[in-house]
Amino acid sequence: MATGLTGYRRPDGKVGIRNHVVILAVDDLSNTAVEGIGRLVPGTLAIPHAYGRLQFGEDLELTFRTLIGTGANPNVAAVVVVGIEPSWTDRVADGIAVTGKPVVRLSIERYGDINTIAAGAREAARLLQDASEIQRVPVERHEVMLSIKCGESDTTSGLGSCPTTAQAVDRMVEANGTVLFGETTELTGGEHLIAARCVDDKVRDKFQGFYDNYIEMVVAQGVDLLGSQPTQGNIRGGLSTIEEKAMGNIAKTGTKPVVDALEPAEAPTRQGLNFMDTSSAAAECITLMAAAGAVIHIFPTGQGNVIGNPIEPVIKLTANPLTAATMGEHIDLDVSGLLTQEYTLAEAGDRLMEVVDRTINGRLTCAEAIGHQEYVITKLYRSA
Amino acid sequence: MSEQLAFLAHRQDDMVAVAVRDVAVGHAEYASLDSGIRRSIEVLEPIKLGHKVALVQIAEGDKVVEYGQNVAVATADIAVGALVHVHNVRSARWQLA
Repeated sequence: MATGLTGYRRPDGKVGIRNHVVILAVDDLSNTAVEGIGRLVPGTLAIPHAYGRLQFGEDLELTFRTLIGTGANPNVAAVVVVGIEPSWTDRVADGIAVTGKPVVRLSIERYGDINTIAAGAREAARLLQDASEIQRVPVERHEVMLSIKCGESDTTSGLGSCPTTAQAVDRMVEANGTVLFGETTELTGGEHLIAARCVDDKVRDKFQGFYDNYIEMVVAQGVDLLGSQPTQGNIRGGLSTIEEKAMGNIAKTGTKPVVDALEPAEAPTRQGLNFMDTSSAAAECITLMAAAGAVIHIFPTGQGNVIGNPIEPVIKLTANPLTAATMGEHIDLDVSGLLTQEYTLAEAGDRLMEVVDRTINGRLTCAEAIGHQEYVITKLYRSA
Repeated sequence: MSEQLAFLAHRQDDMVAVAVRDVAVGHAEYASLDSGIRRSIEVLEPIKLGHKVALVQIAEGDKVVEYGQNVAVATADIAVGALVHVHNVRSARWQLA
């Protein structure tokens, strides 16, 4: 179906909607060099973060998967990988290079920050110039991987912004697209509804396993989640329980079957609606979804979450008229007219798809325009 | 057009509805999203945008139905027209023993 959509086709055939040259830190120690390169070559995108040293086991694997996935994301044209020592730097750079995009690697030991920054800046400038010549080409809707996650939810999320998001999700799936949702603990009270939508017992068992493990992890801390779920923001907005919040959350997933249940940051292999085991914290969740290859995110909010992501444009919509009126610089689409029944849900869906299409074609989201670039690695347990 | 809508319920059988604007004490109208049917209710206390009103009498210990699902348990008797929130309902799923 020709829709007039354009994007960047990468050497591995995948489609991105942005053309970033990323300076990626392998570990916390490399942040200074990464930011130094970013300052010398302002058109690049430096991604520092807090972890990457003395991690082990599943936690280390997840960090590698997240970093490699970030560099491999089709919104990224080329990457300069900087780590403190060569072996983990190579592991991340090699993982990204599988996509066929240009990857440069630098390690700081026996070289120092200043040499690393100078060499990295020269490479980054060249990569940026090369990326600037990559042209947008026509792309199909199904090639643009979508992710969804809501935040600072309130009761207007369940009434308006989440059902509007569901319109986009259903339309993407009907176009043979791939959509990711997650937020494992925030399904509580409605997890049976997601389990019932899984395509077969194998996927259902995987989903239920992820859910049960997450809840067990919480319970093992000797607490329940009442202190943090619903959040104080949720309660201020009128949400009373985690179950009520979950019903609003699930409302955004639409009506399609759940075709797979994925590990955090695992790239989906099946078209359709995929569940991913994630935290419900916005930055952690979207970082994982972008690392799995999602290139555009729809974020319904009630009280007004301000989230963005460095590489994945985040479209925010709200049905709360107070939020739309007081936080306009964060809100890409106001659907508060749904509360007063000024227009139908299908019409709200049309408006959202128009924003999605314009974002695909290059219009900056609010979060991009004002520089929200939250990037948070999910940490499974303490480092050694 | 009749008077401005005050509340929306997700399902016609739901026990609560959500205020779509700040609602004052007195007569108000609500609609169900699934059926579109409009009804009226006497509101007992001011209810802010996004907060919920009880559409039926709810006894302490009763399940509270919204979205056609059990979303809470009442921790006090709740009258028709009263505010329903954390002071009179709690999660049925997570509670300290």
